[in-house]
Order: sequence, then C-alpha cells, then structure tokens
Amino acid sequence: MVTTATRAREIAETVTDPELPQLTLAELGVLREVTEDGDRVVVSITPTYSGCPAMDTMRDDLVHRLTGAGYRDVEVRVTLSPPWSSDHITESGRRKLAAAGIAPPGPAPRRPRGPIPLTLGPTRRAACPRCGSTDTEEVSEFGATACKALRRCRSCREPFDHFKEI
Amino acid sequence: MSFDNVYAALTGDGDARWAFGTGFSDPLAGVEMTPADDALAGYCLMLGDDALIMSHRLQEWITRAPELEDEVAIANIALDLLGQARLLLARTGRDEDELAFHRDAAEFRNVRLAEIPGGDFAHLVVRLLAFSTWRLAVMDRLRLSSDTVLAAIAAKSVKELTYHRDYAARWAVRLGDGTEESHRRMRRALDEVWPYTADLFATDPVESAPFAVDPATVRAEFDQVIAEVLGQATLPAPPDAGRAVPRGEHTGALHPLLEELQSVARALPEATW
Repeated sequence: MVTTATRAREIAETVTDPELPQLTLAELGVLREVTEDGDRVVVSITPTYSGCPAMDTMRDDLVHRLTGAGYRDVEVRVTLSPPWSSDHITESGRRKLAAAGIAPPGPAPRRPRGPIPLTLGPTRRAACPRCGSTDTEEVSEFGATACKALRRCRSCREPFDHFKEI
Repeated sequence: MSFDNVYAALTGDGDARWAFGTGFSDPLAGVEMTPADDALAGYCLMLGDDALIMSHRLQEWITRAPELEDEVAIANIALDLLGQARLLLARTGRDEDELAFHRDAAEFRNVRLAEIPGGDFAHLVVRLLAFSTWRLAVMDRLRLSSDTVLAAIAAKSVKELTYHRDYAARWAVRLGDGTEESHRRMRRALDEVWPYTADLFATDPVESAPFAVDPATVRAEFDQVIAEVLGQATLPAPPDAGRAVPRGEHTGALHPLLEELQSVARALPEATW
C-alpha cells in the first residue's frame, strides 16, 4: 500500500542542502512529497533555480540516507510545478539563514496584472545579519550562488549575502 | 553507462560498490509527461537552443567582465539559461547531451541574436536587454501552455528572466546616461545588435500550435519596455530592425561557437562527467 510516509519523511527531512548545510531540504522548501510502499520510497524535490547545480547531490544524499535507514528501493523525482519560491523557506530555515550571516528573504514580489514591470533601481530591503542595522545597500543582485544577492551594511561596513526573493 | 557522480566514474569498477549514483542526470527525471510529438519537440528545441547558445556567449565573459560583481552576475545569468536549456532539451524526449554536443550548425534552431559574436560590454548589455525582454514576454505567456511540463518550465523561467532583464536595463541606463564615451558605445551597440531583433517576432510554423506562443504577439510589450529603458538611458529610438530570417538560418559565427562548445564532448565521445 502506498502511504504518505511518516518515518521515511522524517529521515528525508534530516538531509541538508549541499550549498547551505545549515538548512535542511525541508526548511529550504525543496523537499516536496515522500511516499512509502513497503521498503520502497519515492521522494520528490524541486529546484530553486532552473540551473541549480546541487540537484544531483541532493538526490544522492537523499538516496544515501534512506538506503542507510533500511529502505531498499529509493527513487528521487524532480517536480517543477508549482515553481519554487523563497516564500517556501520555513520559519526555522529563516532563523538559521540569519544565524549563518545570510539575510533571509522578504516576501516574494506579487505579480501585478498585465506585463511584468521593469525595476530600474534597487527596491529590496534587508537588515544586516551581523549588526541588525537596516541601513544597508545592494551591491549586486547576483551573488555567490543563484539564490543569493550581495549587499553591504553602511553601519558596520561588512558585506553580506541576502537570500533573493523569487 | 553514464555516471553523474565523479567518484563513481573515477573508481571505474561499476556502480555495484555504491549504494547510489547510477547515472541519472536527466533534469526532468520522474516528471510525469506525455511523449513529445514532432511539433512539440521542435518547439522545445527552438527555445532550448536559444538559451543554450545565449548562455555560451555569456560564458565567454567569464574572466573578462569589468568588475567581479558583473562577472558573477553574468555567470549566474548564463547558468539560469543553461538550466532552462537542459529542461527544454530534455522535454524533446531526446538525449540532451546528444542534442547539445552532436548536432552541426545547420541543425540548430536558435535565433541569430543569440549567436552573433560579442563585442564590448555595451554590446553585451544591448544584446541581453533585447534577448531577456523578448524571452520574458514569451515565457510569461507560455505559463498557460497546453503542455503542462512546458508551462512549468516557463513559470520557473519567468522568475529568472525578470532578474536578467532588470540587470541589462539598469546597465543600459547607467551606460546610456553615463559618460560621452559610454553613451557613444551604447549607440554603436544598438546599431550592431538591433538588425537581428527582427527575427525574434517572425512566426515559425510550429509557433501557431496550442502549446506554443506566437512571438508576433509579444512585439508591443517588447517595444514598450525597450522604449522605457532607452528613454531613461537618454538613448535614441533603436534603428530599424531590418529583415527577419526564419529559424534555422544562421550567421557564420555559429560554427566556430559550436566548435568550442562541442570540442571536449567530440574529442572524447566515451567520456562521462
């Protein structure tokens, strides 16, 4: 019988993200469904960005952890719909990001009616994860990984990553 | 046999000793989908080739961008487009590596805008502005495609392309409304790039299918966005777009681009990575 797996899900939820090892895949919002049928488990995950190079590692880590826990047949599937949004990061995930010096994302932009508006200047805000100041500026919308932007704090002068809103 | 795990490939004694890592790097692994017929496969190939070739031209900027931040930005945009290309090529139902590395120039279906040789940084900005404005408008409509996989790929792409277009637009304003020299270079780049934009709105026969978007329908939105950016950038209206050529016709620049893109895969056809 295929069931929504409780034990397998608990195990899958302990697997961490390869690029943000502070967060689990569940906290990042990329872990979707886990179903169990005897010693067979099917896990579905969704990419943050189309070109996310960590997908293969995530899948290997899930298979490794679940087979290590005794499941003989583990399949990891990709799911694309609905597309991942930074809104899917859990509250504990946001706390862990901030603790790791990465400003968590604000709410993802709402899609207005009509064409997607052009944004010709920085509009996003983020508090410095180091000193808490809200006097920060954007250096680049593209950072060390696809999911992060680069900012600088005007108070403590330190640069920091900001998890992008998408 | 293919391995997507570098360690498995290095050991060379099969995957029996590994509890995982049995070669499955299909970016659509496990996605439920109907087999693609010729028309759908042809359409996905077009959109995938646009992203693949544009991504390669952007990758050429790595180690050459004016600032480290821009190098990172351009690499990120190239990676997003490569990801879109992989998803779209996989949706054709054919092997993505075979399509990327073992087709000749005449078999590629990308628009010429993606393949023309690069120039200075202004050239990059103008090309990326035109490409991402057009592709965002197409992908935004493709979210409603009758093919659910294509619709899902489009929904992801829209979020990424919004950032790409903003990046190019901000640079266009900064350079156009910058120094005399940067303004002059932007005008030159517009003259060089714009003739290739006519192709973007020429309807291919496959683009009238229910799963597709007719690019002629995004023309008004494209013109409006470009006018807004060029206005802010104190640049004149772009020159006449010139005559459209159908997809499948290429410039002489595609062949040398593919020679580089495909060189490793063709020199070592048995290699796995």
